[in-house]
Amino acid sequence: FPGLTDVSISQDIPVEGEITVPVGSHSPDEDYSTLDEPVKDTIMRDLKAVGKKFVHVMYPRKSSALLRDWDLWGPLVLCVSLALMLQGGSADSKDDGGPQFAEVFVIIWFGAVVITLNSKLLGGTISFFQSLCVLGYCVMPLTVAMLVCRLVLLAGAGTVSFIIRLIVVGAMFAWSTLASTAFLADSQPPNRKALVVYPIFLFYFVISWMILTFTPQ
Amino acid sequence: QGGGSAVIDMENMDDTSGSSFEDMGEMHQRMKEEEEEEAAEGEAGAGEEEDGELLGMKGLRGQLSRQVADQMWQVGKRQASRAFSLYANIDILRPYFDVEPVQVRARLLESMIPVKMINFPQKIAGELYGPLMLVFTLVAILLHGMKTSDTIIREGTLMGTAIGTCFGYWLGISSFMYFLAYLCNAQITMVQMLSLLGYGLFGHCITLFVTYNIHFHSLFYIFWLVVGGLSTLRMVAVLVSRTVGHTQRLILCGTLAALHMLFLLYLHFAYHKVVEGILDTLEGPNMPPFQRVARDIPVVSNAVLNTTAKAIALTL
Repeated sequence: FPGLTDVSISQDIPVEGEITVPVGSHSPDEDYSTLDEPVKDTIMRDLKAVGKKFVHVMYPRKSSALLRDWDLWGPLVLCVSLALMLQGGSADSKDDGGPQFAEVFVIIWFGAVVITLNSKLLGGTISFFQSLCVLGYCVMPLTVAMLVCRLVLLAGAGTVSFIIRLIVVGAMFAWSTLASTAFLADSQPPNRKALVVYPIFLFYFVISWMILTFTPQ
Repeated sequence: QGGGSAVIDMENMDDTSGSSFEDMGEMHQRMKEEEEEEAAEGEAGAGEEEDGELLGMKGLRGQLSRQVADQMWQVGKRQASRAFSLYANIDILRPYFDVEPVQVRARLLESMIPVKMINFPQKIAGELYGPLMLVFTLVAILLHGMKTSDTIIREGTLMGTAIGTCFGYWLGISSFMYFLAYLCNAQITMVQMLSLLGYGLFGHCITLFVTYNIHFHSLFYIFWLVVGGLSTLRMVAVLVSRTVGHTQRLILCGTLAALHMLFLLYLHFAYHKVVEGILDTLEGPNMPPFQRVARDIPVVSNAVLNTTAKAIALTL
């Protein structure tokens, strides 16, 4: 190597610098800072994440944000509010206040677990909790339908109100099914989408039926 | 003693103490602990010698058996962890869900068509997706039927009853029929039995879906005989083709036919009774007592239609 024969470091220039490579060493600092931050910030951050997912359900585009950062807060809130609103639908007030809440809860979570297992067994690439997250968030249109039904029933319980409720619940049911299909069917092989969509259809159908046939005392 | 010598000590050849399979686990544990201690202390040289002495095995035979037992321990541990990951995995069910929508549709339609060739064993697809979806559909239809007949009372137990009834029938009757098939020497596996009975529920779904919405007694009986009968005939024909011997065929098919048809009857009347209760209370003394025998259809059907419409209007 002829060119390298005269390479030398002169003695009077000190060789200095940092040996440690500054590679993203902000993360330990970040952890400490999330511990130290006020509780309001933590809650607001989580609330914003949940809110963003609600928006994704409202306008179902093919985005992966719902899948990537799954959380079960939204489904829990929706499930509890739906179960609370579906209470009090019986003439006998001394019973059925308790079991109705538990029933709705169990139906939603058991149904979601069954659909998830089914989609995994059919060869889906989505994980267990991601699927639960999507199915839970897509209950939101039906919760809105329940709210509307309750308001309509306050006005009266005739044929007209039934037709209004039928239309509203039907539309929300279609919206729920389409929204969850948009997220879940992508993870399936293309010729088996119908096999995955059918249980989702049945699941939301049962919930819609419970909402539609709800009659307050 | 053991480490540096090149001479095999023959008198210790039969020393196989400590080479049993059960001791291997202990030895492994001790070896691991010793290794850690040595690493801490930094004594690399004394390790092997101490190993040989501590394990109490000297001689070639001892070392050989030690190797073999060592290997057996490793293999056993690997097998155990593999078995655990196998059974704790839902992938065990994956082959039974490997279907295409076209296949499911074809099988649904086939379940209503009785086969003619009973001398040759008919093929049963061992698939669980279709039957599972049919059971859930039946649950949904039952719920619908319960709601339209009894919206108000006892809503707390509706879902549990529906799920319990349908799954109990599917799993319980399948197991019972599989046991009978085992007794009667029929060639059918458990998954095939589950699949056969599950697809037989398609007839039930159709019948109940129609008759829960149109409350005609005679219509129900027609559907019961035709639709229920077709699906029963199909199941019976498939079973007969897989059984040898007249007595066995009779036992199996008689039981299956009876259970299948009776279940449909039960599903209809368990919730029809509630509708009758509402009818009686609505019409009071003016209405002649509703009888379950076939009688003049027009008189009954008009009254049924009227009271049904009233019941629905009341519940809404």
